Amino acid sequence: MSSRAPDPAARAEALATAALAGDRRALARLLTVVEAASPVGEAAVRTIHTRAGRAHVVGVTGAPGAGKSTLVNAMLRELRARGRTVAVVAVDPSSPITGGAILGDRVRMQEHASDDGVFIRSMAARGHAGGLAATTNTAVIVLDAAGFDLVIVETVGTGQSEVEVAAAADTTIVLEAPEMGDEVQAIKAGLLEVADIVVVSKGDRPGAERTANLLRTMLAPLAGPHDADEAAVEDEDRTTSGDRTTPRRARPRTPEVLITTGATGGGVAALIDALDRRRERAGSGPIADARVRRAATLVWAIVAERVRADLGSRERAAETRALIRDVAAHEVDPYAAADALLATRDASVRRDEEGTP
Amino acid sequence: MSDRPIKVLIAKPGLDGHDRGAKVLARGLRDEGFEVVYTGLRQTPEMIATAALQEDVDVVGLSILSGAHMTLLPRICDLLRDRGLDDVLVVAGGIVPDEDVPRLREIGVAAVFGPGTTIGEVAAFLRERARSRDIA
Repeated sequence: MSSRAPDPAARAEALATAALAGDRRALARLLTVVEAASPVGEAAVRTIHTRAGRAHVVGVTGAPGAGKSTLVNAMLRELRARGRTVAVVAVDPSSPITGGAILGDRVRMQEHASDDGVFIRSMAARGHAGGLAATTNTAVIVLDAAGFDLVIVETVGTGQSEVEVAAAADTTIVLEAPEMGDEVQAIKAGLLEVADIVVVSKGDRPGAERTANLLRTMLAPLAGPHDADEAAVEDEDRTTSGDRTTPRRARPRTPEVLITTGATGGGVAALIDALDRRRERAGSGPIADARVRRAATLVWAIVAERVRADLGSRERAAETRALIRDVAAHEVDPYAAADALLATRDASVRRDEEGTP
Repeated sequence: MSDRPIKVLIAKPGLDGHDRGAKVLARGLRDEGFEVVYTGLRQTPEMIATAALQEDVDVVGLSILSGAHMTLLPRICDLLRDRGLDDVLVVAGGIVPDEDVPRLREIGVAAVFGPGTTIGEVAAFLRERARSRDIA
């Protein structure tokens, strides 16, 4: 497999066929080409996209050291005991200076290394902000198509606003360590708002129960029964509101708050039960909603990337650079420069269309 | 994608519990721009081979201080070959007597880095010898 076939489409086809037939080496290589956003990766995702959509995609996020990898390991144990196959994509940050990375999430999951029903893949964020890598979404499509029952996406250790995982997963688990903050932390906008399930980790530590109770109180609905899923999804104009390209999340609803102890597996069965209850309603309600958001995120990311690649391409590079220099010199305003770039692109697209009737 | 970072698995096979060196190397390679998958202590050959496969790494770096290298390293090289990972560069570091090095080279360990090796030397070797970046 080290030699390159000349035709990306043929190579993609071969890789995708082998990977979906259960060849783990081919699956690993397919993830590499997808992660590199290469033409082979794009061609492969195009062929397998119709095969994806069956896995329950679960995001796990939380602050560095909150216990994400430990929880994922405990989830793997419980899920395997229930006979489910699971793929994990674990994202860690890349150095903004050297581009290097330490991908250390496997340390906590190596007990599953010899289990064929588990596939773990680390990904460096490669400069992408938001808690994931730019290609995490496509890696999830690959693992979903490969037939795993669940795909767990573990984000980089997040702060308060890296909520990207909520647009990448069917179900988002936000992890809080005991005594991580007070009531005001719990009502700040951001991470906790996108949680479908909040897990208080390290349940054997003093304060876990208190933290869980505090979160239950502070995350409860203020008035009326709008924590019900039915109410949350009936927000008709959420896909068209304002100039947003990504549909907004349905109104925040009350997440379940659970306590787990990763080291012993305590509370993990209840967490998997909660995931299963959501999964049973996959065709409608919150998961269907999450999938539209996921699709929108994917499509708009590709649009943005294509426009950026085109405007940054060699033929246009000089023009683009000149405009940017004019902005830096305060001779052109940034909006005018952006409009000018887009206009030259439109013109060239029209030329292309006329040139090839 | 020739600018894809080189992906390296750093693992400690066997039972010795000294991983400071492996961690220092992992950190050093990070600073050299490598993506380093760190699996930690007490890895069996099977765990290492599976991690190398799932992660599709370009390099497997094995840190071993226990003296069991003549048992563990051949086993790991065999498993990597069994899984079709014959284009993965395997290197070792730690305490390995000079007389064992030729045999390790024969079974597929491309280099053995002893005490005193600098991170820069390791990085340069990996850049020169790791498989082509454009497999993607």
